[in-house]
Order: sequence, then structure tokens, then C-alpha cells
Amino acid sequence: MKLLPGPLRRRRGAAAEDGRPAGAPVDGDLRRGNGALVQDREEEAERRRRREAAVEVPISVAAWVDERTGSGPFLRGLLYRKVPPSNWFYTLGSATMFAFLSQAVTGVFLAMYYRPSATEAYTSVQHITNDVFLGQFVRGMHKWGATVMMILIFLHMGRTFFFGAYKYPRELNWIIGVVLLVLTMVMGLTGYLLPFDMRSFWATVVAVNLNSSGPIIGPYLADFLRGGAEFTSVTISRFYAIHMLLVPGLMAALIGAHLYLVIKLGVTAPPWMKAEKARELAKEEI
Amino acid sequence: MNAREKEQYLREYYVLKGKGKPFFPYTIFKDGAMATLVLVVIIAMTILFGAELGPKADPTTTTYTPRPGWYFFFLFELLRVVKPPALVFIATVGIPTLCLVLLILLPFFDRNPERHPLRRPIATLAGILTIGAMAYLTVEGAVAGSPTEIDMKVSPTLEPGKAVAASSGCLGCHKIGENGNSGPGPPLTKVGARLPKQAIARTLLNPTPPMPSFSRLKQRNPKEFTELVTFLSSLR
Repeated sequence: MKLLPGPLRRRRGAAAEDGRPAGAPVDGDLRRGNGALVQDREEEAERRRRREAAVEVPISVAAWVDERTGSGPFLRGLLYRKVPPSNWFYTLGSATMFAFLSQAVTGVFLAMYYRPSATEAYTSVQHITNDVFLGQFVRGMHKWGATVMMILIFLHMGRTFFFGAYKYPRELNWIIGVVLLVLTMVMGLTGYLLPFDMRSFWATVVAVNLNSSGPIIGPYLADFLRGGAEFTSVTISRFYAIHMLLVPGLMAALIGAHLYLVIKLGVTAPPWMKAEKARELAKEEI
Repeated sequence: MNAREKEQYLREYYVLKGKGKPFFPYTIFKDGAMATLVLVVIIAMTILFGAELGPKADPTTTTYTPRPGWYFFFLFELLRVVKPPALVFIATVGIPTLCLVLLILLPFFDRNPERHPLRRPIATLAGILTIGAMAYLTVEGAVAGSPTEIDMKVSPTLEPGKAVAASSGCLGCHKIGENGNSGPGPPLTKVGARLPKQAIARTLLNPTPPMPSFSRLKQRNPKEFTELVTFLSSLR
């Protein structure tokens, strides 16, 4: 009871505990006599029991889940594992993932209104921009989120490169990261066509033509992207499927693998700490 | 890295990790602060720059100059630097593929156990040069206009016609000398040798789709139309 601030404490049960009646209708309380006081005490005890049981709920839920999944040790290992002394450069990777999540959320809302066909795509984007509640805002967040994610992924790669973090034992995670970079650029390319305005249409025509200039597989790749020899409605639904199903699915899976390896191998320490350490050891040896 | 170097790294890392702080709450807090900053930046950019929607795509137009997303400017610019048609595939596919393979294989050819950027000067220098080159190409691609310039010497009497051809978007589909795209239209570099002047004018007025007709230009500005025909028929 002492945990509660004064005004909340001064209820009927509390008054009985204090030994002096509180609140306005003193006469009424006295008139009800001893029986009422006993009843009040019982109600108070009951309320306390319930409150204590309520505090136990989340703990018992966690215990229930743990008993059935055995996830307790895993979560403890995940949350309380040690991370070497780091700096703000080490937040770039999680920031990239956050940008990806932001793209996923805004993308889902855009997909609710977007229609992937040559005749309807432009009008549906117009509808999103002009009529849908916060539509222009969500589309803007998706558009600028792409730019932010692209900058973050390059910065994250730069950090990994200059800190030598791609070296043993993290080579495989570097390769996964490069594949994620390529997939991010594929997202940029396929998403660019979807608004289907002049800018996006002609940029995509040129991009697909560039693909077709590649040796051997180039023309086939271009035909695959277009869904034929010409730009048609098939092209736009193809780009849409690649943009919102194929590549995001691949990226989510690869981000999962990337994180698994980060947790398993540990976050790198800044290279200068390693250098200090080596110097200390060298001194000791002398 | 040989077995001894690997072992030494793992040992050093174990010591450094032991000196660290737990992921929760320290790293979570930093990551959360950064995520908030990312969200704020995205929202600020949305509010400041909005999400413009250009005019509807019109596959029959030719005056529109294609621009990719800014993160593709460096590839776009690479294409503009390499002009001879036989070498175009080097810019479009060759160099990007090579860079990608080098990037993926990086941990396999850089076997130096040293990690400090100042103690592996070659890698650091190569990284800085790559970033510099990409930044340079991105900026060039951003400021460079579109293919609305024809970079070739012609006699002064043909200059007006060259300007009309450049601003009419011919280069979107045709190649003139080393300028413009190699398709979907045929190259115009020697069109004057293939077609007489009247035939060129007829084709401009009644072209094969998807090329648009220039009959509006003839009605609006017959002088420019004649200049354009004169310029094209001079290409031989």
C-alpha cells in the first residue's frame, strides 16, 4: 500500500488500516457497524491477492513459453552476450536493416492501393498521391527511404572494408553482404518503373536495353525482364512481383543469415583496439 | 592467414569481447537511437522534397530524356564515357561485373592479417580511390545533361540542323556518330548515304512506329524542319 501516492491510498479499505475514518460520509460508515468493517478488510485482502497475481502474469507467460520452446537460454545468450567496445560506426548495419523494415511497412501500405498494369498503374499512383489518407506521405517515405537505405548500405560496407571486418572468420558474412547490396540495387531498379511516369518508364527502357547489351545471357535477361521483346503490361506486373515478392523475400532470408553470423561470430572490435592489444602483448614479451 | 594468425586473432578477440558491455541494454540503446535518427531523416526528406509524380508514361514520345535513380548515375556515366559501339558492353556489363566479382572475392585475395586501415595502405588507398571514382562518376552523371548534345564537327551551315536534331530527342533511339543510344532505331551516322534528302523528309513525316511523326514540327516551324533534313542528309 505504501507504494501508492497519497490520494490513491485514501480509499475506504486504506482508511480502516490507518485506524481513522477518511472521506466525507463518516456517518454512513459508522452506521454500517462492525460487520461492514470486516467485509471491507476481506475485500482489501482479495484485491491485494489479485494485484499480486496480476504481477505474476507476464512472468508465468514467459515461463509457459519457455517450458514449451526452451527459448530462455537462447534469448539470454542473445540479449546479454558481450559486445566489444564499439563506436557509432557500428550502428550503420542495424540502421540499414531498420531502413529495410521501414521500406517493408510503407511498401505493404502502398501495395494495398497500387494496381500493376500499364493502364492502371499511373492512375493508382495518382490516387495514392491525391486521395488516400496520408498516401502522399507514405509514398514519399518509401521513395526517400530507398535513398536513405542505399546511402546506409554503402556506409556500412565502407565501415566493414576500412575496419578490415571482412577478414577471418567473417568472410562468408561479407559475401552475404555484397549479395544484399546487389539485391538492394535490384530493388531500386525494379521499384523505379512502378509509378509509371515518363521518368520511370524511359529510365527502365534504357536500363533493360543496357542489360541486353551484355554478352551471351544479356538479350535473354532483357527478354525475361520485359516478359517478351516489347515493353507491355506483362513487364510492369513482372517488375512488381520481383519488387514486392521475390527480392524482399530473398533479402529477408539473407538478412536473417547475416544476423545469425554476426551473433555467432561476434561483433568486431575497432581495429585500433586490436593494435593496442598487440603492442601490449609485445611489451610483455620483451 | 595461417593457422597461427587465426588462433592469435581468435584469442585477441576473446579478450576484447570480455572487456565489452552486454548487448542489452547498451548496444540496443545505440541502435535504437540510430534507428530513430534514420526515421527522422526519412520523414524530414519526405516533408522537404515530397514525392512528385511526373506526367504519365508515353511510349511514343521521343523528346523525353531518361534519367535513372541517383544511385545508378555512376553506371550511367560510365556508359557516356565509353562511346565506341564495339566497346559499349564493357561499360554496361564488363566493368560492373568485374567490380562485383572483385568485391565478392575480396576476403580471398586480401589475406593480410592486419586490420588497422593505416597498417594496410594498399587496401585503404584502393578503397578511397574506388569511393572517389564512384563519387566523381555520380556527380558527373548528376550534372551532365542528357543526350541532348551531339558531339561532332560540322560545317557552320549545318549547325542549326544539328541543334534541332539534338533537342528533338533523336539520340534516345538512334546513334549519330558516337552519340546517342544504339536502339531501337537504326543508326543515323550514314543516313545521308542510304537515303536521298526527299526520302529522309518523307520518313520524318510518315515514320515507322514507334517513331513519332515530325509533321507538327513542319507545320509549326518549317525552317527548323528543313534545317533538320539538311543536317541528316549531310551525314554520309
